[in-house]
Amino acid sequence: MMSYHASLDDINFALTYIADYPKIAALPPNREATSDVVEAVLTEAAKFAATLLAPLNQSGDQQGCRLGNGEVQTPDGFREAYRQYIDAGWAGLPFPQQHGGQGLPWILGGIVQEMWDGANMAWGLCPILSRGAIELLLSHGSEAQKSLYLPRLISGEWSGSMHLTEPQAGTDLAMIKTVAVAEDDHFLLKGQKIFITWGEQDFTENILHLVLARTANAPPGARGISLFMVPKFLVNEDGSIGARNDVQCVALEKKLGVRGSATCVMSHGDNQGAVGYLIGDEGRGIATMFTMMNNERLAVALQSIAVADRAYQLARDYAKERVQSRALTEQGNSEPVTIIHHADVRRMLLSMKARIEAGRALCYYAMGQIDISHADEDSQLRGAAQKRVDLLTPVIKGWCGESVIDVTNTGIQVHGGMGFVEETGAAQYLRDGRICSIYEGTSGIQSNDLVLRKILADGGEQMRLLLEEIQGDIDVWREDLAENLALAAIIVELHQSLAVLREATDWMMATGTKNVNSAAASAFHYLMLTGYVTSNWLLVKGIANALGDTESDGRSDAYLTVRIQVARFSSEQFLSLADGLLKTIQRGDDAIMALAVDEF
Amino acid sequence: MKVLVTAKRVVDANVSIRVQSDNSGVDLNNVKMAVNPFDEIAIEEAVRLREAGSAEEVVVVSIGITNCQEQIRTALALGADRGIFVEADGDLQPLAVAKILKAIVDKESPGIIILGKQAIDGDNSQTGPMLAALAGLSQATFASELTIEDGKAVVTREIDGGMETISVPLPAVITTDLRLNEPRYASLPNIMKAKKKPVDSYTPEELGVDVAPRLTTLKVEPPSERAAGVIVETAEELIDKLKNEAKVIE
Repeated sequence: MMSYHASLDDINFALTYIADYPKIAALPPNREATSDVVEAVLTEAAKFAATLLAPLNQSGDQQGCRLGNGEVQTPDGFREAYRQYIDAGWAGLPFPQQHGGQGLPWILGGIVQEMWDGANMAWGLCPILSRGAIELLLSHGSEAQKSLYLPRLISGEWSGSMHLTEPQAGTDLAMIKTVAVAEDDHFLLKGQKIFITWGEQDFTENILHLVLARTANAPPGARGISLFMVPKFLVNEDGSIGARNDVQCVALEKKLGVRGSATCVMSHGDNQGAVGYLIGDEGRGIATMFTMMNNERLAVALQSIAVADRAYQLARDYAKERVQSRALTEQGNSEPVTIIHHADVRRMLLSMKARIEAGRALCYYAMGQIDISHADEDSQLRGAAQKRVDLLTPVIKGWCGESVIDVTNTGIQVHGGMGFVEETGAAQYLRDGRICSIYEGTSGIQSNDLVLRKILADGGEQMRLLLEEIQGDIDVWREDLAENLALAAIIVELHQSLAVLREATDWMMATGTKNVNSAAASAFHYLMLTGYVTSNWLLVKGIANALGDTESDGRSDAYLTVRIQVARFSSEQFLSLADGLLKTIQRGDDAIMALAVDEF
Repeated sequence: MKVLVTAKRVVDANVSIRVQSDNSGVDLNNVKMAVNPFDEIAIEEAVRLREAGSAEEVVVVSIGITNCQEQIRTALALGADRGIFVEADGDLQPLAVAKILKAIVDKESPGIIILGKQAIDGDNSQTGPMLAALAGLSQATFASELTIEDGKAVVTREIDGGMETISVPLPAVITTDLRLNEPRYASLPNIMKAKKKPVDSYTPEELGVDVAPRLTTLKVEPPSERAAGVIVETAEELIDKLKNEAKVIE
């Protein structure tokens, strides 16, 4: 029990028919990543996740990390698993070959990460943070910095960590107080950072901390903040490890979840000052950091789906095993049945499954668009794909981050009392997944980002294009798929909810320009509505593409029938919420802002 | 020295199999397939021999439908150097497989041939010994340890009641037991490289082998399902049940 097997069939389906992988593989840089290579890579990654990482998930949660003399001791097995991970060359999967990576498409890196997260979310955070550091150096590092640091980050021999938050500066990074004083070719940093995931560990010989700090005499606010790289050990010009830098882990947080990971309080410059090197331009730290923030937010969305999937697998297996009560349809002295025969248990399991498939559809679609934005030969298509990712990132991060709470919560409910017992494992998934709607921007921040920056700021243009594309697909499907009655009903439901989303968008546009508080008060519901509609659009899109693919022997009719039923459940149970959400959205902030502060 | 290894395509060990409704065999529709785990051990041992300098080349053979090339790619990703695929449809019984392997041994002249002691689908344990007999080679089965010394293979065998160490002259056929080694994980760079390694294809006809089945399968049935347990009140009751119901003690 409590095993985890990556849902390879669902992953392959979403990759092929929702992210449109054949199109991605046809792009010039991706031509080595043919479907047989993808199959081999994903199969081996699934094996690695299931046999090496998954068995450490519960023990890592129970044991946690320990701190002594500034050194973090990670849970038993984590370090060895990391060693195997870099020996097997997984760390470099999506990165350029010139720096030692394998140069595979971005989406494959995402899928492999989903498997690490499903198997062991706490452990999987370390590769995610290294990936962020690699992206920052690739985009903003100098050539010297790239050649000195990138190869060993990409091989996984060194890890990266992100130092943003300070006690007084969480969401509002403009309030950062850590200072950086220029000296020779570097800066000396002083200040305290909190909530630093894997800021210290015993996996790697070096850790590269990417730190936001304020330069001396810099203007107040965001424009005074720059980005620095502070290595745990300084690196000599020949690449050898040099002196220990003045940066220490001084405490570990006790947390609700992801307890196997170290969440560090990091102190920079307790003595002479931590040596840091400027990355990108001075005063552009927050903007520089945000070049990888979209990808990090999508990574959190994928974590949500991964943990939700594991919770589903456990709940499903339990429901197929636990015998309790006769079936309601049986009379007299019939035998008790496994609980999966009971309608309400079915409802719970399907609500989990539908949210997972819908969330995976959103994530894979966005990652596919990222690959197009990287590699398409047509610059207009590259630009359009990037804009679509920008628009949908807050929706995907917010919707998936909220969904994992519902799904893991329902996973506990399926288990009944056994779900409340830690030994079962279901509770850990709720505790672990609970962070996903908080870090890398809370759901509230995602909602504001969507409404203020992504909709109002461009006059609703990108949203209008998305709505038009969905409408265009629906028009085609209504012709092509009319004979499939189950699909036709889903498409009717989708069409109605699309009209609702359009109306809600119009309300946002009209209200946001007059009363920004009202738009912000409804932003969360608007984000969720957008998530339901777009994810259901993608579910149908995947089915329609699979039906149109007559050559593939990879999909069976039985498998497709299940997809249609899951999409049907999703449309009946989730798209039907659209009308209610619209009603709430249109109420704006009247009731929400009616109370005075001291009336709370 | 060249090492020849096998990679049989079988149902993945983690899949719970179903018997076809007409009892003619196991249902293979949409079932995840993998390299026979004992063959994986053979591949690992061969790669270790090459890494230790005892062998120069590892050649992997798979026999069966087109999809068997996936198992060859898996073996290549684990470190084998090249593949040989023999395309053959239908029921392939151990004697037919042994004859095909004999033909390949004649072509390749390997110094050592390592196979799984059995495949987890048929559980026959016949192919290795049959190949040794057909090719007139020495054999060492159920190996849990293998070293190459002075043109000989020194093999520790797991036998009833203990271990037996024997020395056989090369070339020889070795079949692997579970404890010979722990197969590695394929690395991502090797998975990528596997695609570029050469794979030759043959048919049984080209190798001059008749693969027609000699045995007829009459019926395949799943094992009877385990009945629900009961909680006994006393040790006496347990003894009574073991004696009179289960009839496992007297």
